[in-house]
Amino acid sequence: MTVRSAIGAMVLLACGSVGFAAEPAPLSQEQLAKAIRIDSLTIPTPGELFAALEKPGKPDWASQYRTPIPMTYRNRAQIALNLGGLIADGFIAVEAQDSQQVKNIGTDIIKLAKALGVSENVLSRGNSINEFAENSEWDALHEELEATQNEVKTSMQSHRDQDLVILVSLGGWIRGTQAVSASVMKNYDEQSAKVLRQPAVVNFIHARINDISMDLRSEPLVKSVNEQLAAVEKLVAFQSGKGPSLDEVRKLHEAVTKMMEEIQSKGDAK
Amino acid sequence: MKRRIALLLGLALLAAPLSVRAETDEEVEAHKQVLDLTGAFTNEGFKLRDGHWAGEIKPSERALIAVNLYAGNQYWFSASAANTKAKKIAVDLYDETGKPLTTEVYNEGEKASAGFSPTASGQYFVAVSLLEGEATTFCLVYSYK
Repeated sequence: MTVRSAIGAMVLLACGSVGFAAEPAPLSQEQLAKAIRIDSLTIPTPGELFAALEKPGKPDWASQYRTPIPMTYRNRAQIALNLGGLIADGFIAVEAQDSQQVKNIGTDIIKLAKALGVSENVLSRGNSINEFAENSEWDALHEELEATQNEVKTSMQSHRDQDLVILVSLGGWIRGTQAVSASVMKNYDEQSAKVLRQPAVVNFIHARINDISMDLRSEPLVKSVNEQLAAVEKLVAFQSGKGPSLDEVRKLHEAVTKMMEEIQSKGDAK
Repeated sequence: MKRRIALLLGLALLAAPLSVRAETDEEVEAHKQVLDLTGAFTNEGFKLRDGHWAGEIKPSERALIAVNLYAGNQYWFSASAANTKAKKIAVDLYDETGKPLTTEVYNEGEKASAGFSPTASGQYFVAVSLLEGEATTFCLVYSYK
């Protein structure tokens, strides 16, 4: 296991003790229910999902690119959802190790972020994304994309747009799941398909959306996406340790693709 | 190196990625300490999540944080206290039913890490416990590859 080498490095750096933990007592359902759940740790990044899918062999990430989306949305909820989707696109381009695509998406991320009136800190991230892409610093880009997303969320909160924060995470999750389910369908094997089991992520996002203001929740796009999430939660709740069948993956892909099409559509949102 | 400087700058400018409340000096210090601990993992190709949890833990208490992990990835969860008031801490992992998991561990007084490679995707729980010492502020981060 490669993690052992990491431990070795740590031992050289510091004289700590390394070993296997003695198992503590199990936790009750009540204790689990009270666990801390926060966007920045409880929701995985699209990069984590993509890393897991790469283990059996590197997928053709470039085949998961989509045509550029409009940059002229007026509805703030729709901008937030699309911003999350674009950040997932950035992770796809990083996995494909495509500098130009990363730079294009970085530019679009900043354009949408500007439309939300985010802080200068976020805008300066665009330069960092370009610089890391120029130098093919792929690991750094993973962190930079997540940092950009977190900074957008922080900026939203300080502008009293905190209800939009979960929509950024949701957009990223939908787009990431769309790309991964498409990739699994293309070259199906049960082991790879296991990464699509994420009921707790969807449940968490769904619960957070139900906490946002009634006004925002009543917006046609948010309402529609939220209603579809309940069905998607069932589609990602496979038995633990077992991968979904090809048919189950297809159903999930169709569901998230429908959501993504609504999110990026220029027509419907108020 | 540039990445770490960027992270630390980000830390100084924006101590709480998802909270309007500014982080306390102790939370910022605990975050800095835990980033030092994760440096070895980064050198081994682990990617560090930008998000983190920070808060106070009292003696014999623990903070339990829900995470969602993917089968096939390797993870290291790392925690550090802001100072040496904490003498011994532990990081433990539990599956979605609350069953404790066997992990690889690294302990060094007020810092600890737990390594785990899930075979099933889904929800897991990370517990940061203060085993010995006085109440103080902790920070938890994780790395994956």
